[in-house]
Amino acid sequence: METTIWTDPIRVIADWLTQLLVGWGLPAGLVFFIINLLGVAVLATGAMLFVLFLIWYERKIVGRIQDRLGPNRIGPFGIFQSIADMLKIFTKEYITPLGADKVPYNLAPIMAVGGVLLIWAVIPFADRVYGVDLNVGVLYIIAVGAIGTLAIIMAGWSSNNKYALLGAFRSVALLISYEVPMVMALLVPVILSGSLGMNDIVRSQAIWYLFVAPIPALIFFLTSMAEVGRSPFDLIEAESEIVSGFNIEYSGLKFGMFYVAEFLHAFTISLLFATLFMGGWRGPGAEQFPLLGLIYFVIKTFFVYFVVILFRGSLPRFRTDQMMDLNWKILTPLALVSIMVIAVVEKALAGSSLVVRSASLLLANLVVALVALQFLRSSGKSQRELAESAGAQVVDTVSTREHTSI
Amino acid sequence: MTPVQLIFILAAAVVLGAAVMVVSSEKMLHSAFWLIVSLFGVAVLFVLLQAGFFAVIQVVVYIGAIAILVIFAVMLTRRVMDESGPQLTRWWWLGALAALGVYGILVVVLRSWAGFTTPIAEIPAGGQDIVRLLGIALISPNGYVLPFEVASILLLAALVGSIFIAWEKR
Amino acid sequence: MIPISWFLIVAAALFCIGLYGVLARKNAIAILMGVELMLNAVNINLLAFWRYWGVERVSGPVFVVIVLATAAAEVAVGLALIISAYRRRNTIAADEIDLLKG
Repeated sequence: METTIWTDPIRVIADWLTQLLVGWGLPAGLVFFIINLLGVAVLATGAMLFVLFLIWYERKIVGRIQDRLGPNRIGPFGIFQSIADMLKIFTKEYITPLGADKVPYNLAPIMAVGGVLLIWAVIPFADRVYGVDLNVGVLYIIAVGAIGTLAIIMAGWSSNNKYALLGAFRSVALLISYEVPMVMALLVPVILSGSLGMNDIVRSQAIWYLFVAPIPALIFFLTSMAEVGRSPFDLIEAESEIVSGFNIEYSGLKFGMFYVAEFLHAFTISLLFATLFMGGWRGPGAEQFPLLGLIYFVIKTFFVYFVVILFRGSLPRFRTDQMMDLNWKILTPLALVSIMVIAVVEKALAGSSLVVRSASLLLANLVVALVALQFLRSSGKSQRELAESAGAQVVDTVSTREHTSI
Repeated sequence: MTPVQLIFILAAAVVLGAAVMVVSSEKMLHSAFWLIVSLFGVAVLFVLLQAGFFAVIQVVVYIGAIAILVIFAVMLTRRVMDESGPQLTRWWWLGALAALGVYGILVVVLRSWAGFTTPIAEIPAGGQDIVRLLGIALISPNGYVLPFEVASILLLAALVGSIFIAWEKR
Repeated sequence: MIPISWFLIVAAALFCIGLYGVLARKNAIAILMGVELMLNAVNINLLAFWRYWGVERVSGPVFVVIVLATAAAEVAVGLALIISAYRRRNTIAADEIDLLKG
């Protein structure tokens, strides 16, 4: 298989550029550095420009879910609405609150966007098209998520506004709580493929992990949505909650950065889900032609993103204590149990063929799901009986305890 | 001066500079932020030591968890008129003297060691996969499974203990 | 290219800065941050010795993992204690929490 631009695009372009720059007399080390820098710039800029399309896509679909049209004035089908919004946000004035801490205040939006863009470096878009092949790619993704969390604290604290601080507290408490089941659910593709690197995980998905381990996939999906702060977990930054949360004192492009970071993060978790659980770029003919792999990947990602938007458009918002309950009482034990079950089954059937292993893992997952549903049913029934015996006035049966500050 | 040396000098400057800012900041939250910068610098040093796995673990554990915990604690224990005056104890100059003394002793002892200026050894070809070896070592019975289990019990005790200590008894 | 001495000097300096932080600061959380700096210096040392003097052995990284886990546990318990002390005494200056003195 010879190396043409269709079979190995990154290598061909990099070689051509290297020859060009070395021919101009630059030293080889500097050329290497410049080419890598160029790749980084292309990826980052491409991601940011793509957000314009994503915002339009989401607004159209949410509009249709809510039985209205969505943007339809500016350009055909309202395509240029995002550009109009972008221009508006660019030209707004920066108002820095009195007494704000300058350095964290200005650094927070940058870190928020950076924390999302850095994830794009390890995602394999096609067979030989990726940023860098880290052998600890999954851990890197978790580490970069931590930077986003830091950005929120910095934003909340440096705004010199107690509502922003409160919003930041609640937001960070939510984020670090939901990291626990997310990391555990991320462990499952690692166990099944035997490597922490994203490329290896994609390559070993002859059968999609979504069908082999659906419960960790579901847990990862839910916890990533909570990490992004999307509905139904968007208590932290919905407009009607504590004066819109940690980004209240930001205006102009700084607020635009937070906004872009949120949309890009939602798309990025769709990318991650497609990579880790739906086989990434795999499909017929994807190994020879990376372009085909990219097309499959994009189709899968948009399918997942569509489901994310559907969740947003149709579910009511959770309260903070409901979110914490969901995390610590349901998702974390479920994730722990499913890791143990999957590890045991995987080890016990290590020698069998792929189909036998996948079928038994699927069966084990279904058993875990049934047991969990049984638990939930009986606990729901006992709570309902408790509420009915306490009188017919109780509106909410989930949490009646008083929770501590924060 | 090779690029690697340049990166090392930059990372070391960041680590030490941020550490000095940590111990000498007036406001506690600035100390916490400088701690985060210093820990990032330490992660870069880990990468230079070709332990990339530990660099990522450092960011996840220290910056993603411990630093956020410290920031929470700082915010929860802010006094009404806090951060007034220097944050040093009365005998701080003794502390500075002791730190300098320890540094002097360490440098003297290190320099008198024969292997102090060893150049770097080559990693055997076919590069070992430190992640895999580490995983096997942590769970193999004639490896380090006992410290691993003890560490996990320690973490469990810390988890239960800290929840119990910080519980608000109403 | 980078001799081990550079790493060891940096680790020693970081350790001593952390030591100064522990000895000279009033706020209990600042003392804890000094301890974290010292633990990081220990980690740098461990990994430097592993890389330069015994890359084929895995005991260096194992030790680093244990130190990392212990540091995390210690910070959690330490901060819980500090918050608990703050609730009772409304102060976290280390020289004002002296009920056991004398």
